Amino acid sequence: MVAIDGVAYGAFIIPGLLMLSILNESIGNASFGIYFPKWSGTVYEILSAPISWPEMLFGYVGAAATKSFLLALLILATARLFVPYQIEHPIWMLVFLILTATSFCLFGFLIGIWADSWEKLQTIPMLVITPLTFLGGAFYSIDMLPSPWQEFSLFNPVVYLISAMRWSFYGSSDVPVQASAAAIVGFLLACILTARWMILSGYRLKR
Amino acid sequence: MSQPSSPNIIEIRGLGKTYANGFTALKPIDLDIRRGELFALLGPNGAGKSTLINIICGVVNGSTGNVLIDGFDHVMAFRETRRRVGLVPQELHTDAFETVQATLRFSRGLFGLPANPAHIERVLRDLSLWDKRDDRIMTLSGGMKRRVLIAKALAHEPAVLFLDEPTAGVDVELRHDMWQVVHRLRESGVTIILTTHYLEEAEQMADRVGVILKGELILVEDKRTLMKRLGQRQLILHVDQPLDAVPESLAGLPFELGEHGRSLICTFGGGEPDGQTLDIPTLMTRVQDAGLRYHDLNTRESSLEEIFVNLVRRKHELACGRRNLSFRNVALVPNTRPEYRVAGVVDFAVLHCLRCRDRFANGGH
Repeated sequence: MVAIDGVAYGAFIIPGLLMLSILNESIGNASFGIYFPKWSGTVYEILSAPISWPEMLFGYVGAAATKSFLLALLILATARLFVPYQIEHPIWMLVFLILTATSFCLFGFLIGIWADSWEKLQTIPMLVITPLTFLGGAFYSIDMLPSPWQEFSLFNPVVYLISAMRWSFYGSSDVPVQASAAAIVGFLLACILTARWMILSGYRLKR
Repeated sequence: MSQPSSPNIIEIRGLGKTYANGFTALKPIDLDIRRGELFALLGPNGAGKSTLINIICGVVNGSTGNVLIDGFDHVMAFRETRRRVGLVPQELHTDAFETVQATLRFSRGLFGLPANPAHIERVLRDLSLWDKRDDRIMTLSGGMKRRVLIAKALAHEPAVLFLDEPTAGVDVELRHDMWQVVHRLRESGVTIILTTHYLEEAEQMADRVGVILKGELILVEDKRTLMKRLGQRQLILHVDQPLDAVPESLAGLPFELGEHGRSLICTFGGGEPDGQTLDIPTLMTRVQDAGLRYHDLNTRESSLEEIFVNLVRRKHELACGRRNLSFRNVALVPNTRPEYRVAGVVDFAVLHCLRCRDRFANGGH
């Protein structure tokens, strides 16, 4: 089988496949988790309960992120049955996994609050996230792309996530791991601040 | 800030709501709710009753004013205020896939309280839900779901309970059971704020009554005082010989001829036009002086429903710019919603203004 950066292709795509699943699951779980109570009206119970915005966020995002994290472990265990991959930096792998799951669950939570129809709930995941994920180097190294597509790829935030995960597996990455870590943390903070504003102002939660 | 020992458990000052599109659902309202009372909030559809309740409970953002619950501000000290409040919403919002018992445990947990299976069991038994405790909510009837909503609101033992039309769509037997629960809660010291379609329930149970019309709180009064002040009495005399006209000796009194002249009807109370005070003995004396012979008589008093309808009518007449405006009908008509018809509910008053075509009703959606 073809090797990329000295890693067999089967093993090379494991981090990308992992991220692909995590991103989709995180956004889907979290957006549905808050949108459904809004749609069914049961959100009144949350809004009238004595809980603060961090508690609300922790409850919804924590539940979705836990599910995504468990799914990631299941994917890794299943992949191990077929592909002899290695994890060079297991602690960093877990850190990136948790950060990615949490930040994209937060993003999904924002989509769930923003959406006021089932169609809108699917719009961003289908039309934005999925293409970005497939073009983010899940199945290839962006070093393999000709110019200017290689430079364009650097504007794709998913590249940083996959690159960081691949670094934690094999020690090599398309972009510096520090840049990936900064991008993930920055995205996480932006999502938290936006969620805080949405909950406190009651944006599309309260009439 | 009012102290917890204050006679008022809720103090509302200048509370208003204007939506982004400019629609004012609630004009600034001042209202005090006393500890342990049952306060009935009445008003036509879209009057602002639910908006007021939802702002107090944190489900809707108010535009102006503030609310103190047990002395705590409902925004700044939201934990303290929400712990004291239970809300039964108007719509049947329930978790379809949860079991009855699980959803009650969840509701209690949301308020940061430790599990209390004995309390949950007591609430479920009180609402005749104990046999359904392991059933999924989606399998329950509409009336049972309504009970589940009440049970959820009681799971955290609130000091104030908001019941937003809790008996809508509930059959007669269930309604009776629910009001027994409400009665017990009130006896245990829970303050209850109620909106209902069934004004006879408010008439039987409420201590005080508030009327909202087009976002404006037009009246807050003790129920008995209200019924005495605005209620009307009627004396109906069934005369021996049919009359062609009201006898001249009764001129100046509000007597009218009944059907085919077989009865004389005098409607009085609620403030006579010339300021005189009438009562049954006075009227009977005048009838005897007139030499009228009758074989039977009836008296009746206004219900809260009639007082409410008259209030709405008077308020509208003022807004419409004419006094004694003709309404097409002030009638009790069968409710159009099947669940109400099944429940035997026909007390659905409809007022239709001929001039501005405004339509008011005391119930329905």
